[in-house]
Amino acid sequence: MVHTGIGNIGHLLIIISFITSLMAAFGYFKATNNNEVGKSPWVSFSRAAFIFHGLSVVGVVVTLYIIIYNNYFEYHYAWSHASKNLPPYYMIASFWEGQEGSFMLWLFWNALLGFIIIKTNRKWEAPVMTVFAVVQAFLASMILGVVIGDLKIGSSPFLLLREVLNDPIFLINPDFIPEDGTGLNPLLQNYWMVIHPPMTFLGFACSLIPFSYCIAGLWTGRVKEWIRPALPWTIFGTMILGTAIIMGGYWAYETLNFGGYWNWDPVENAVYVPWLIMVASIHTMITFKKSATALKTSIILVITSFILILYSTFLTRSGILGNASVHSFTDLGLSGQLLIYLMFFLIISIIFAVRVWKQIPSSEKEASTYSREFWVFIGALTLSLMAFQVLIPTSFPVFNKIIELFGGISTLAQPANQIEFYSNSQVWFAIAVALLSGTGQFFFWKKMDKEKLIASLTFPVLISLLLSAVIFIVAKIYDPVYILVLVAGMYSIVANTKILLELLKSKSFKLVGGSVAHIGIAMMLIGIMFSEGYSEAISRNTLLISKEWTDDQNQTNIPLFLNEPSFMDKYEITYRNELMKVYDIPGYVKKSNLNNTEDPYYKVVKQDIVVDGKTYAQAGDTVYLQSPENFYYQTDYKDLETGKEFTLYPRIQVNPQMGDVISPDIKKLWGRDIYSYVSVKPNFEEDIEWGEKQEIEVKAGQRFFINDYVADFNGLERVERMSFATLGPDDVAVRANITVYAEDNEKYLAQPIFIIQNGQVGKQPDVIKEIASKISVESINPDAGSVTLGLNTTQKDFIIMKALEKPHINVLWIGTLVMIAGFIIAVRRRYVEFMQMRDKGVE
Amino acid sequence: MKKSSIIGIVVIAIAIAIIISTQNSASSYVSFDVAKEMAENGSNKKIHVVGELKKNTVGQVIGVNPSPDKLSVSFVMLDDNNLEQTVYYNEPMPSDFLRSEKVVVIGSYHDDKFIADKILLKCPSKYEETEL
Repeated sequence: MVHTGIGNIGHLLIIISFITSLMAAFGYFKATNNNEVGKSPWVSFSRAAFIFHGLSVVGVVVTLYIIIYNNYFEYHYAWSHASKNLPPYYMIASFWEGQEGSFMLWLFWNALLGFIIIKTNRKWEAPVMTVFAVVQAFLASMILGVVIGDLKIGSSPFLLLREVLNDPIFLINPDFIPEDGTGLNPLLQNYWMVIHPPMTFLGFACSLIPFSYCIAGLWTGRVKEWIRPALPWTIFGTMILGTAIIMGGYWAYETLNFGGYWNWDPVENAVYVPWLIMVASIHTMITFKKSATALKTSIILVITSFILILYSTFLTRSGILGNASVHSFTDLGLSGQLLIYLMFFLIISIIFAVRVWKQIPSSEKEASTYSREFWVFIGALTLSLMAFQVLIPTSFPVFNKIIELFGGISTLAQPANQIEFYSNSQVWFAIAVALLSGTGQFFFWKKMDKEKLIASLTFPVLISLLLSAVIFIVAKIYDPVYILVLVAGMYSIVANTKILLELLKSKSFKLVGGSVAHIGIAMMLIGIMFSEGYSEAISRNTLLISKEWTDDQNQTNIPLFLNEPSFMDKYEITYRNELMKVYDIPGYVKKSNLNNTEDPYYKVVKQDIVVDGKTYAQAGDTVYLQSPENFYYQTDYKDLETGKEFTLYPRIQVNPQMGDVISPDIKKLWGRDIYSYVSVKPNFEEDIEWGEKQEIEVKAGQRFFINDYVADFNGLERVERMSFATLGPDDVAVRANITVYAEDNEKYLAQPIFIIQNGQVGKQPDVIKEIASKISVESINPDAGSVTLGLNTTQKDFIIMKALEKPHINVLWIGTLVMIAGFIIAVRRRYVEFMQMRDKGVE
Repeated sequence: MKKSSIIGIVVIAIAIAIIISTQNSASSYVSFDVAKEMAENGSNKKIHVVGELKKNTVGQVIGVNPSPDKLSVSFVMLDDNNLEQTVYYNEPMPSDFLRSEKVVVIGSYHDDKFIADKILLKCPSKYEETEL
């Protein structure tokens, strides 16, 4: 049965949320113009409208989730993003795999933040919520799914499959419901897909708050006062978005095998750029609070960061990056709407700013070189230029489009080597930022002049030079740019630690946020320098793997044959087996121990599966696999110096939508990560070349040899049911049971099948790749009481592996945590300040 | 001179430097004949070529030849001007390659051979299914 009702409810709720957001916008607009605060008629009306709006957004979210959760595959969204075998925790991820779902996520966060604003700040409610409601109206319009004539507004997630696809089956049976959905892309079946998107969209949503306060301030003439309530949210949003960016990087590092955590892909850049501007805006806003300068800069930066978020949304969702990014986006045909959304807020902000620009106070006299304002301003400028350098090439596709619009031809493309291009410039900005974040702190806390400055700088400079020199010698850093990075980073750490200690000594615990965050950033910088600059392939190899490969590829990949130890770096490594994960069984199960059934999610166990003395499945049991597309390659490492052992399980995912996807496995060591992945896995079943078949006659209980391995023939066994053939009443199928004794006391079971069906003989050989053999039953000789087995052998199973060493990458991750901690302390401080002032009635 | 003017000049100078260096490192979308001309004129700049895989009359992809060990692949590509070119790629063939709607190759000519360093694929069904 096609459940049309629930989709109609969902669609109706979207329309309601759209209309209520417009009503709230109109009402709050009126309230602002009438200077209404608190329980006045327009405010009450708009508040009700916005609460209605928020509730319907929640309703939309719940409705879509019910559709996904109940596998209503008559809906296009459920069909294309979910499937029956998807575990419940990934159903959440299916929710935002599609563009519509991610818009809903964004709407949801905005609505929630809107509620918080209404609850916590009555004084600013009307103008701030006007901006909120307008943004919500734009976002809701993206999923509105209303067609007026030729004009399509938004793309609704509640479309039925038959409304989207032009499949002839719907002509025959309009109520056709597919058996199963096409599922969440297996590559995205990862816990990061559950937490990274909500974090990113919360970051996006938070950038709306300072923007709304800023517009509200410009609009109502409170051009200075908006900073205080906006500041904690700016810091909070920057923290959330920064965390989301790093999470994305960690995800890429851990699963996606981009070879690192940052690839300078346009999609990554599109979020990095606004984040830098948000960081800059925090600094100018704080400076303004202390000394009433930097107000104009703050206004420009806050507006810019919000517009850049909209711009990044436009870039990633309009399909304009199609030829520039490895991330592919479905174009929902919303480019026009997205462009209007972007232009609307760009123009509105400019109008509001220009209208009152002359009234905005700015200090008449120039900031002294020894003032905090001067250095913070330089810092903000550096961050802005840093963002600008990334923004320009990322915008190439947009430039090309604009020039084409005017009839010109522009063929600008991303630099061919993106990583090198961006890193080579960004590193200089990063050095400058580190130096400024160290020095700026001294100006921030004290009045400075030349003598005092020299006095307070001498010590940190000396210490950091000393520390850098030690690291430089121990870690053998000879690249001059990296030495500069190291010195700048160390300087920032030492200088900020000095400030931190002074603050702690004076018991000003609340004020330490800035210095802690700066220490974190500097640690990240040093971690990035080491892990990227000194990332090196340790899988060195002198064999020629392929003539088609470049020298570098041949020299940095190592072939590993099953159970044959090789040497790499200081390790002895051995490829042990191809494994799979079975539901409810800890660890991994050998792929060769699982026989296929018709359903790829179910396999039959050949030999008992015993883990730590407990039997989880017995021979003949059918087991369930949640991800039958994942294969793991067990490689054992033995440290030849210490004798310590560990095992890595790099993964290859045979992804129906994207081909083979390689994921690394990482060994975290104190000073470095070992990052290893299977670069090539020859397809053992398909590409294999078998030797000539040998026939051997054996009796039950007889011992013989297969490819030099000892084997026992345990006799024949009748098979009642077959996975690849239906047996009739006169048909017979038997299975030979052969135990093979391989290396390390491993036993394997070979079960070739012999069938007589409709008078025809059929053979299903069994391949045991651990012993590189194919075994078949050639004939059964009842007279002699024996069977004739056919044996083919081939070369041993192997993988080609690459392993990289990522030194001191932990410094990057620890630095991230330190930075986040700093942000949290700062948010708390600024929020407390805001609340105190609000309760005094100032704001 | 005022300090703010100096800062202004420095910022503008850096911005211009950024634009110029970006211009110099920028690659471009070109067709194969332009790419060849560039290579003949001694430029070894990597460029982007957008196109499709060659197909026969019934719409099957032809001209894709993985090496015997499958570790690399060569294929025939038609650029936007329908110019045909064999492209060599030193990596295993991406599996959804044959289904791709559009291919972007990034690389350059080396003695008449176009060698791709990177391939971007645009697949119709990459994230959203369009057929039952």
